[in-house]
Amino acid sequence: MIRDITIGQYYPADSILHRLDPRVKLAGTIIYIISLFMFHNYYGYILAVIFLFSMIQISKVPMKFIVKGLKAIIPLLLFAVIFNLFLTPGTLVFQLGFIKITEEGIKTTVFMGIRLVFLILGSSLMTFTTTPNHLTDGLERLMGPLRKIKVPVHEISMMMSIALRFIPILMEETDKIMKAQMARGADFESGGLIKRARSLIPLLVPLFVSAFRRANDLAMAMEARCYRGGEGRTKMKPLKYRTRDMLAYLVLIIYVAAIFLLNSYIA
Amino acid sequence: MGMIKAHNLVFEYIRRDEEGNVESINRAIDNVNIDVTKGDFVAILGANGSGKSTMAKHINAILTPTEGTVWVNGMDTKNEEKLWEIRQTAGMVFQNPDNQIIATVVEEDVGFGAENLGVPTEEIWTRVEESLKAAGMLEYRHHSPNKLSGGQKQRVAIAGIMAMKPECIVLDEPTAMLDPIGRKEVLQTIKELNKKEKVTVLLITHYMEEVIHADKVIVMDQGKVVMQGTPREIFSKVDELKQYCLAVPQVTELAYELSKKGFAIPKGILTVKELVEAINSIA
Repeated sequence: MIRDITIGQYYPADSILHRLDPRVKLAGTIIYIISLFMFHNYYGYILAVIFLFSMIQISKVPMKFIVKGLKAIIPLLLFAVIFNLFLTPGTLVFQLGFIKITEEGIKTTVFMGIRLVFLILGSSLMTFTTTPNHLTDGLERLMGPLRKIKVPVHEISMMMSIALRFIPILMEETDKIMKAQMARGADFESGGLIKRARSLIPLLVPLFVSAFRRANDLAMAMEARCYRGGEGRTKMKPLKYRTRDMLAYLVLIIYVAAIFLLNSYIA
Repeated sequence: MGMIKAHNLVFEYIRRDEEGNVESINRAIDNVNIDVTKGDFVAILGANGSGKSTMAKHINAILTPTEGTVWVNGMDTKNEEKLWEIRQTAGMVFQNPDNQIIATVVEEDVGFGAENLGVPTEEIWTRVEESLKAAGMLEYRHHSPNKLSGGQKQRVAIAGIMAMKPECIVLDEPTAMLDPIGRKEVLQTIKELNKKEKVTVLLITHYMEEVIHADKVIVMDQGKVVMQGTPREIFSKVDELKQYCLAVPQVTELAYELSKKGFAIPKGILTVKELVEAINSIA
């Protein structure tokens, strides 16, 4: 069950998208996410769908793998959908007791659902095609100017890359602890919300303990390899823009232009 | 002076209560003197809690002595200015392979140490390639460390240290979490580095089988160095080793028991082949 969460994982493949500079991909993802919130008609979403699916095609990441990542957000999605559907005031469409569904409600729900799903798909496509190290390198460079106002840019990006590297390890560990507790009669599946939440304590405590132990070990191993922050550090794979990155920026500009056209001419 | 030298080394773990008062003092290392010659393969043996891991952390200046001095290639580990030079000279490989790999691609992890040292990009690439080759992991350079076996991960960690061009590698129980095949792979790699690359190796372990190829063995017990010598010298004292909760290899034990029963078998047999020859010479 836990292994199904694919968000934040890297999917090794040989595609143009994989080889792009991470800064392009980061900028692209941010623009894409913003664009999702800028559309106020359905045509815009058709554009977003076409854009995303062609990117997925180019990336060579199997569709099945990407969709699997959505499973994790189903509860969140349901939550957002239910609240929007039942609590938006407006023209009444359907009423059953105290449950009211309005036209506006349906509309915002659909928009909200689409936005959330595409937000996850878009950002997970970025992590699928970019190794965490590459990603954080990109972030570090993009946030570089913030260093002037004393933001610890290098430290933040290092923390992120380590967090990403340990996601699969900690997941495996969760699985292991869960099985060990189940073998001794722990029950994670039945009972109400409170009982279930309480049954997670014997899972979370050992997980946290082991995470701290790992952190301690890792810090020691990093220091032993002369890690002392970003200063004076060289890069094995320094970021350099190539022609394909420029082309990718061009594609992004076209996408943004298309959004503005859609928003201003088709209302 | 040797590569690594410890003089009257004492280290105490001090536990304090909430007010900062000393609650208990645990002397993990008690007046230890060792001297490791450049290019040697030295093994430190000891049961759990013998202070051998604490000893290892001193060589990399992760811990500094409570009393006494440790020199790495002539540099005092208490000298903070030399800290990074010391860590580059004496690379360290830890027990848990998962907790010492930083990157998500093998080659990026191997390059991590060299990046920290500020080595120019092109040289990092050559160093990464050379050390991956030396550790026999070149074909895995684009793999994710999560998909490797324990022994392979440990070899990646060793390659990561080699890319820093150290003169000495300290391995703190590198095989404790591995299966027999992984253990063999890692040991083979260590031995080759010692022979071919002339790196001084300090192997810390509690597996007796791993030390028979060492040039020198140091046995520790309760923070003290209790025995020192060649593997043959050490293994000829089976009773003394047992006293320190160390089990000698099966062959050595068999040879020892036979000689105790009056057979003319020399002391300190290390391999099956040696025992077979010894038995043949009697018959």
